[in-house]
Amino acid sequence: MITRWLMNDRGGAVMLGVLLLAALVVPLANLGIGADSPLHVSTYTVTLLGKYLCYAVLALALDLVWGYCGVLSLGHGAFFALGGYAMGMYLMRQIGERGVYGNPLLPDFMVFLNWERLPWYWHGFDMFWFALVMVALAPGLLAFVFGWLAFRSRVTGVYLSIITQALTYALMLAFFRNEMGFGGNNGLTDFKDLLGFDLQADATRVSLFLASAALLAIAYVACRHITGSRLGRVVVAVRDAENRARFLGYRVENYKLWVFTFSAVLAGLAGALYVPQVGIINPSEFQPLNSIELVIWVAVGGRGTLWGAAAGAVLVNYAKTSFTAVLPEVWLFALGALFVLTTLLLPRGLAGLLRNRGEAR
Amino acid sequence: MTPLLRRDRVFDFLAPPLPPDALLDTRHGPILYLEDISVSFDGFKALDDLSLYIDDGELRCIIGPNGAGKTTMMDVITGRTRPDTGSAWFGSRVDLLRLDEPAIAGAGIGRKFQKPTVFEKLSVVQNLELACHGDKAVWRTLLAALDADQRATVAGVLDTIGLAGHAHREAGALSHGQKQWLEIGMLLTQRPRLLLLDEPVAGMTQEEIERTAELFRALAGAHSVVVVEHDMEFVRSIANKVTVLHEGRVLVEGDMQAVQNDPRVIEVYLGE
Repeated sequence: MITRWLMNDRGGAVMLGVLLLAALVVPLANLGIGADSPLHVSTYTVTLLGKYLCYAVLALALDLVWGYCGVLSLGHGAFFALGGYAMGMYLMRQIGERGVYGNPLLPDFMVFLNWERLPWYWHGFDMFWFALVMVALAPGLLAFVFGWLAFRSRVTGVYLSIITQALTYALMLAFFRNEMGFGGNNGLTDFKDLLGFDLQADATRVSLFLASAALLAIAYVACRHITGSRLGRVVVAVRDAENRARFLGYRVENYKLWVFTFSAVLAGLAGALYVPQVGIINPSEFQPLNSIELVIWVAVGGRGTLWGAAAGAVLVNYAKTSFTAVLPEVWLFALGALFVLTTLLLPRGLAGLLRNRGEAR
Repeated sequence: MTPLLRRDRVFDFLAPPLPPDALLDTRHGPILYLEDISVSFDGFKALDDLSLYIDDGELRCIIGPNGAGKTTMMDVITGRTRPDTGSAWFGSRVDLLRLDEPAIAGAGIGRKFQKPTVFEKLSVVQNLELACHGDKAVWRTLLAALDADQRATVAGVLDTIGLAGHAHREAGALSHGQKQWLEIGMLLTQRPRLLLLDEPVAGMTQEEIERTAELFRALAGAHSVVVVEHDMEFVRSIANKVTVLHEGRVLVEGDMQAVQNDPRVIEVYLGE
């Protein structure tokens, strides 16, 4: 069954293969080969790759709702950031007495604000399992409530995109406020360790990279399973002819709601792995620009293919890293140009280009 | 005896849900009752005290000039538009005005749109499978495959609509007439009791039209079929009974011969 599945989905098979190869080679090249060897991969690069993989999971999540369900969310960065905050809160609690103020219970920013007690919503985050539950629950619940309201009122198309954008913007403004208790505009940072492992250690960095690769692989298989099932075909049907699906007896809003919620949870998981690797989470992760960039990754990679979206995320972010190192002020123009060119010349993205060549042969 | 005093059924929510068929009661004759239905959009009366009855197993054609309210009437029956006044019953027990579109479809009313609407990116057989009768809840579609009964339905319909040779083609690649047939086929796999067909032969060749007429005549009896059509030749070839709508109400009802010779119909169609 698995072989047949891989035969039918060549792009996905290639992606999983590359991922497996990276998971084998990168740790070896970092930990096993000395720093003086040209084959050595620096810890900085390992972390950078891990970051790209988290972005790829996020792109996968967006592709599921946009490419398959036709719901263009311009606020998916919000779910990513919420997952990140949940993980950040756990990491903050792990700092304990090692903070600047040495308070065993309160994170530094709370001491700085003269808070006496831990806010109620910070309780439980000293336990990893609880944080992990919240990583999925916080974005999932928000998406569920938001989707329930929006889809039941039959808000579609550009209107839905605009309110998702407003959602992430509103969250950004809220998280900027000190009294929210999430560290205000500095966010959460200065993390020390995760499950007792030092976050600065090479081995921890490599493990986080491997965890990101595993998450991407699992997320891909899960999404592919959904799109390959009857549910996936209903979702495509909803995208292409919503009324037809409704008059055939499908509760269209429920389908959209579940796919949207699943996608938000996936985005939250990606955010949770992103935060320990970059070492900070602050409200700028909620800014609408992030969500729009995310849409561009998916568009460049090719929506409605899953693996295209993941590849797009890695490629565009690699370009961003290289570009901002040389010409930081030009990057946004380059990104805009990339989006315009993709829309005009490659409506189906790089995945569409590959597919066309495959068909022509 | 009131339901509260029945000892064999204490908790209603524990009882298995009734299949929609069990609720459909056509012992009194009609399968569809529309009574005194009025719908207005911004002051324009699309339907004006419309009353119409369709008998179980009947094949009825509805004609009328543009703006007569034919599509609005279908919207009311399928739950897309709520009337301002009036009542709509499916059989004598199912109140259509209390159900939404998916529930009405589940109760046994299938609708074909005026513009043929199929899922273009899916194959012909996938289109039929999606339309197939059965549980349409999210989790069921994620986990369950089609059962033998459903697969047999799909295979049977594929033959009926003459698209067996195109089963695995993308629906978007079909001709206009084939799309019409596919949409009709989708309604059939749904196993409805009442079929509402909005201009089913538009864009078909003469031969296709004849086959469609044959199909509809075969469907009547086991199904009730309501056809809205402009093609008079087609209407004449299938209709026993014709209803003429005009300005949101029934103008004339009767057999084709009588309707065609009715002076009011001639006036409406030819203008004052």
